Amino acid sequence: MKQVKHRNSASKILILGTVFLFTFFNPVFGQEEVVADNTAVAEASSGGDVAKGEELFKSLCAACHKRYKKMTGPALFGVADKYEREWIYSWVKNSAAMVASGDAQAVAIYEEYNKTAMNAFPQLTNTDIDNILAYVMEPKADPPASVPGTGDAVAAGSGSGVSTNVILSILALVFLMLMVVLFLVNKTLRSFAEASNVELPKAEERTPIWKAFIQNQFLVLVTAIFLLLASGYFVYGYFMQVGVDQGYAPIQPIHYSHKIHAGDNQIECKYCHSSARVSKTSGIPSLNVCMNCHKSISEVADGTATEEYSKEFYDGEIQKLYKAVGWDASSQSYTGETEPVKWVRIHNLPDFAYFNHSQHVSVAGVECQTCHGPVEEMEVMYQHAPLTMGWCINCHRETNVKVADNEYYEKIHKELSKKYGVDQLTAAQMGGLECGKCHY
Amino acid sequence: MSSNKKYWKSVEELNENSSIVEALQQNEFVKEIPADEFLGDKSSLESSSTSRRDFLKYVGFSTAAASLAACEGPVKKSIPYVVQPERIVPGVANYYATTIADGYDFASILIKTREGRPIKVENNNLASSNGDANARVHASVLSLYDNSRLQGPKKGGEDISWEALDKEVGVKLNGLGGKQIVVLTQTFASPSTSRLIAEFKAKYQNVKHVVYDAVSQSEALDAYQMMYGERALADYDFSKVNTIVSVAADFLGDWQGGGYDGGYAQGRVPKNGKMSKHIHFESNMSLTGANADKRVAVTPTQQKQVLAALYAYVTGSGSKSSLGADLDAQVVKAAKQIQRAGSNAVVVSGIQDVDAQLVVLAINKAIRSKAFSQDTPRTIRQGNAKAVAQLVKDMNAGRVGGLLIAGVNPVYSLPNGEEFKSGLEKVDLSVAFSMHDDETAGLCNYIATTPYYLESWGDVELKKGSYSLMQPTIRPLFDTRQFQDTLLKWTGNAASYHDYIKETWTGILGGTSWNQALHDGVLVRPALAKQELVDALETPEGDLEDAAAPAPVSAGPNVGAAARRLSVAKSNGLELTLYTKTSLGDGQQANNPWLQEMPDPITRASWDNYLTVSKADAEQFGLTNENVANGALNGSYAKVTVGESTVVVPVIIQPGQAKGSVGLALGYGKSKGLKEEMVVGVNAYPLYQNLNAVQNVSVAAAEGVHEFACVQLHNTLMGRGDIVKETTLEIFNTEDAKDWNVMPMVSKDHNPYAVTSPEVDLWEEFDRSVGHHFKLSIDLNACTGCGACVIACHAENNVPVVGKSEVRRSRDMHWLRIDRYYSSEDSFENDNEKKDNIAGLGSSLSEFGEMENPSDNPQVVFQPVMCQHCNHAPCETVCPVAATSHGRQGQNQMAYNRCVGTRYCANNCPYKVRRFNWFLYNNNDEFDYYMNNDLGRMVINPDVTVRSRGVMEKCSMCIQMTQKTILDAKLEGRPVKDGEFQTACSAACSSGAMIFGDANDKHSEISKSEHDNRMYHLLEHVGTKPNVMYQTKVRNTTEA
Repeated sequence: MKQVKHRNSASKILILGTVFLFTFFNPVFGQEEVVADNTAVAEASSGGDVAKGEELFKSLCAACHKRYKKMTGPALFGVADKYEREWIYSWVKNSAAMVASGDAQAVAIYEEYNKTAMNAFPQLTNTDIDNILAYVMEPKADPPASVPGTGDAVAAGSGSGVSTNVILSILALVFLMLMVVLFLVNKTLRSFAEASNVELPKAEERTPIWKAFIQNQFLVLVTAIFLLLASGYFVYGYFMQVGVDQGYAPIQPIHYSHKIHAGDNQIECKYCHSSARVSKTSGIPSLNVCMNCHKSISEVADGTATEEYSKEFYDGEIQKLYKAVGWDASSQSYTGETEPVKWVRIHNLPDFAYFNHSQHVSVAGVECQTCHGPVEEMEVMYQHAPLTMGWCINCHRETNVKVADNEYYEKIHKELSKKYGVDQLTAAQMGGLECGKCHY
Repeated sequence: MSSNKKYWKSVEELNENSSIVEALQQNEFVKEIPADEFLGDKSSLESSSTSRRDFLKYVGFSTAAASLAACEGPVKKSIPYVVQPERIVPGVANYYATTIADGYDFASILIKTREGRPIKVENNNLASSNGDANARVHASVLSLYDNSRLQGPKKGGEDISWEALDKEVGVKLNGLGGKQIVVLTQTFASPSTSRLIAEFKAKYQNVKHVVYDAVSQSEALDAYQMMYGERALADYDFSKVNTIVSVAADFLGDWQGGGYDGGYAQGRVPKNGKMSKHIHFESNMSLTGANADKRVAVTPTQQKQVLAALYAYVTGSGSKSSLGADLDAQVVKAAKQIQRAGSNAVVVSGIQDVDAQLVVLAINKAIRSKAFSQDTPRTIRQGNAKAVAQLVKDMNAGRVGGLLIAGVNPVYSLPNGEEFKSGLEKVDLSVAFSMHDDETAGLCNYIATTPYYLESWGDVELKKGSYSLMQPTIRPLFDTRQFQDTLLKWTGNAASYHDYIKETWTGILGGTSWNQALHDGVLVRPALAKQELVDALETPEGDLEDAAAPAPVSAGPNVGAAARRLSVAKSNGLELTLYTKTSLGDGQQANNPWLQEMPDPITRASWDNYLTVSKADAEQFGLTNENVANGALNGSYAKVTVGESTVVVPVIIQPGQAKGSVGLALGYGKSKGLKEEMVVGVNAYPLYQNLNAVQNVSVAAAEGVHEFACVQLHNTLMGRGDIVKETTLEIFNTEDAKDWNVMPMVSKDHNPYAVTSPEVDLWEEFDRSVGHHFKLSIDLNACTGCGACVIACHAENNVPVVGKSEVRRSRDMHWLRIDRYYSSEDSFENDNEKKDNIAGLGSSLSEFGEMENPSDNPQVVFQPVMCQHCNHAPCETVCPVAATSHGRQGQNQMAYNRCVGTRYCANNCPYKVRRFNWFLYNNNDEFDYYMNNDLGRMVINPDVTVRSRGVMEKCSMCIQMTQKTILDAKLEGRPVKDGEFQTACSAACSSGAMIFGDANDKHSEISKSEHDNRMYHLLEHVGTKPNVMYQTKVRNTTEA
């Protein structure tokens, strides 16, 4: 998180306050205007229903087409102008037949896109196709940055911070003025007194507090003990955190957001980290796994962008992936020039500690989040757990072994639980605290 | 009261006028202390601006900086694949079946790879022959990561591209003007390579293929050809017979390519009161001789006479023996034994003499030995000594135009290497196919750098009808091309060798698919199995009486005459037998630190070869061995002369060495193409005249003392029967187990209790009946001492190599050692008796002293010792930081990160199996073996911690393997099956001596071993209750 420092100078507060006020009223009208413009254009270009068209486009076409960008198939913006309506109807319903019949336009498209045949959609009516066309013929909305509305988002975001600061600074100002007033009053009164020769009482000579403190040996002793204990506490705390990297969130070569993937898009952890099921390592997914989806997702949706990371930023990160894996988006093919990504490893166990993911994930059925924290909320991945031995051991003491439907445990669990007189054995009782289980 | 006593500091003070006393009063040190010598010269010291204070400042600053820097963890990068290969999951091992065929070692093996890099060799259980890896094969994985390998083709020491090399060599091959082209190769035993060389011959006229084995078996091949019309080696299956008579055949070593220990060991374990009988005649103490029931030490000349006599006695023909009475009696006994066993006996011989080999074949034919099968001769030695000798002549005569050398290093390994060298200069075109810039390759015009077998394709016919495939287990590390691919190119064949093999195999595969054959790594052609069946019908079993009667020796070679020639063999003085060591073999892997550091099973010396001399001869020549104060062994040097060649070698006095004979190992003393640390020993090949292992030599003491790195100081058991328990077959069969496998007793309240009983236990027993309880059983009858387990343990557990000087200081790191003990009397039995009869001080002083010396021809026993994983472990109780503790599954665990290195545990261990890391052995250029370079580190097992300086380590009973087995079972949701639990040593053991498993599984093999009446624990009386068990050694001393 970047931290913005606000200097509490009165003039700046004033300026900010004004800006704040202005922006507060401005955008409402601006936004409405743009939306009205858009709909007007859409309705003008075709007779279709844009909303229905969007729905259909997303369910049927989006796998291969984009509106403004070439993908597996051509960009669809402008098709209605380029081709005859009737021709489009028959193409969508059965393109293969048209190619077979030798239609010149159809064959040209077929050749251009590496002889990849488009799926036939006989279920679509002409109205449906009209609706889709209406949607795809919508001109590209201007990037949100140019829309005056964005300014409002930024201001609103920092608004709460500013208002408290303003209140605090006003209070401070008031106190300052009070002090100045008091000082002035005092000064005036003294000068009056001097003028009228009033003898002001002299304050008694008192032992300074620090001398009094030194003279009180008991107090010195107690303070010394207290200071020693306190520094001991802090030194111990400092040394115990050496090598513990809880919260470690290094900057990665590609800004990969777990929040977008695991959170917003609900992708299962083990889809990418598949070796966690069978291996000791969870595995950083190889880039071909990324390309399973990113072959067709070359940019993020507008809604993905946040105030901190813009759409351009995210799209740029996807381009980094393409560069690393050697994917040429324009020709939709691999160039063969790869550049492996050098991720920064976050969870570092020392060499002498053996940890096996499959034991925990597949056998014990532990959720990834138990150790890795709310990954689905992490924009930037960080180390959630301290990964200390005490942390491991605590979990082994508290967690019951998952024995259901596992014949391996049948005999040993029966005998051990009888021995310990419990129904459910913890990992510790199973032997999960023995040194040699993790150190060899 | 004051005293006038004067205290003298030295005798000098008596002399009043002594100048020394005067000087000492003035100055404490009479001479000036040579401080300048280590401080540097005075002038530079004074001119230096760094004061003591500055120095302390620097120290303070660097310490503070280092400790501050240590608080911040390093940034670690993690780089995933761009496209992950389908079958590779990081963290999960893949296994590939392949074959090693380096011309000396041939074996079908499995290679364990992790993240695409080979890290370990395992036995291929599907292989019916040569499926067992020996120590060298286990170590071969490390040679892959040898950083002294050549990284690309060379021309006269300069880099050259493959295209340029192909072009230049192509031009030269065609422009030799009719001069001979010779292809000098190792034994490939490869159907595809044979076909390829035939095609090469067809393409270029006047091509000759010469096969050269550095360690020759030429005579045995010739004899077999004379007898059976085929140039191959007789194959024996020792598991089919119960009587084995060997005349100098080290079949547990490298005789005829080795790989016999599995079959041999099967008959050595007493079953139903029966075990095989093994009689051995030899001059050097070999691994096989050490395992024999009866070993007779004879000189090489006597060996021939023994064989002739044996032939005469067994077949009833031939001349009368000329042997001395004692030896004759031994031969008669052996002959009787053979006659009684009939076809259940076998005679083998390692004498390098056509006559001797003929006689052996004739004896086995006569008794119709079941061990011998004519249908499956071994093809893994094809070298022809005569052809090699002719080649050297031709080269010097300038008749050879082109020489292609593949897989051999004749300049190093030929006795007339110098002659070969001069001949090489007269050859117009010489190309070496080599991995190293070795003695030969360095002298050739071109080096066509070859990949290692783990990066190559290949096929091998190990014995007739038994095929094996070689496949790459890693992408070539360097810019290399295998010999066959190059040859294909030069014959104008565009196919890759992989395709070429597939083409060859269309005729071999039969009904099997290529993929299946590649998966298994081995293929036995059914056609030949059928033929075997027919043969079995022809020689019906059961009529032993009949078989015992000598069958007439068929026409063919005149065996009678051969036997007569043998019987009149004459010796001209001292005879030298050149042999190969278990660790280094013919010396191909001399750059392998694991093998160099592996102690020899017999002498227990590492990093050296030496002249083995009998005690009597040593006294005669004035050669000595002595142990210095720290226990290390020193030996004198001897000058050994054969004809013109002389070498100076260190001497080890070897019990059991026949008087009048000496031994020396080949394969050492390589000087080019290997690291400096690995240049050890003496090259004995110059003495290997005419490629014959037996030579007449003269030996004389030479100047100097050699420092050995010998890991065993004490060689005899001193009658301590609780270390190695031994009995004879007769006693084993007739007496109760408690008489020959005695349980030590202790007295409590004047009542004797077995030491294992809970009444006399200090500790409260922990209940180990739940879950797994791992135990390891070691059968001393089956263990041949081959050392495969030592290297397997090395590879599995990242055991460091420490080097010769550290081994000499007893700081070797082997987690598993194989102790070798000699008897000080004729047998261990007599040792025990002698010890028991010692009475009184005088007797004990003299006789215990005597017992420290091994007998002239001792009995030998091997005992693998690793951490015994005591249930009542003495090491655990003394650890101040609880770094070593006990697991419920029986393993004594060692937490390296907890260890502070007090070494109390090692001192309290009665078995001396704990090893201390005196230095940082990894990433340290002072230990330039393999852990200090990126390439060498690729062999490290990622599942086992690499230990650092200052911690104790020891056998973990391969806890990473048992944990893996358990996890696999858990993932599949099933109980663990018997046989699934393995340790590196038990998996490597080809003789079945080591059995590992869960003793709580009542039906397991280990559970049976635990209740065997031969079972005992090492040093049972100390009450440690180990989880490692030994099975009493039974010797078959029954005589016919």
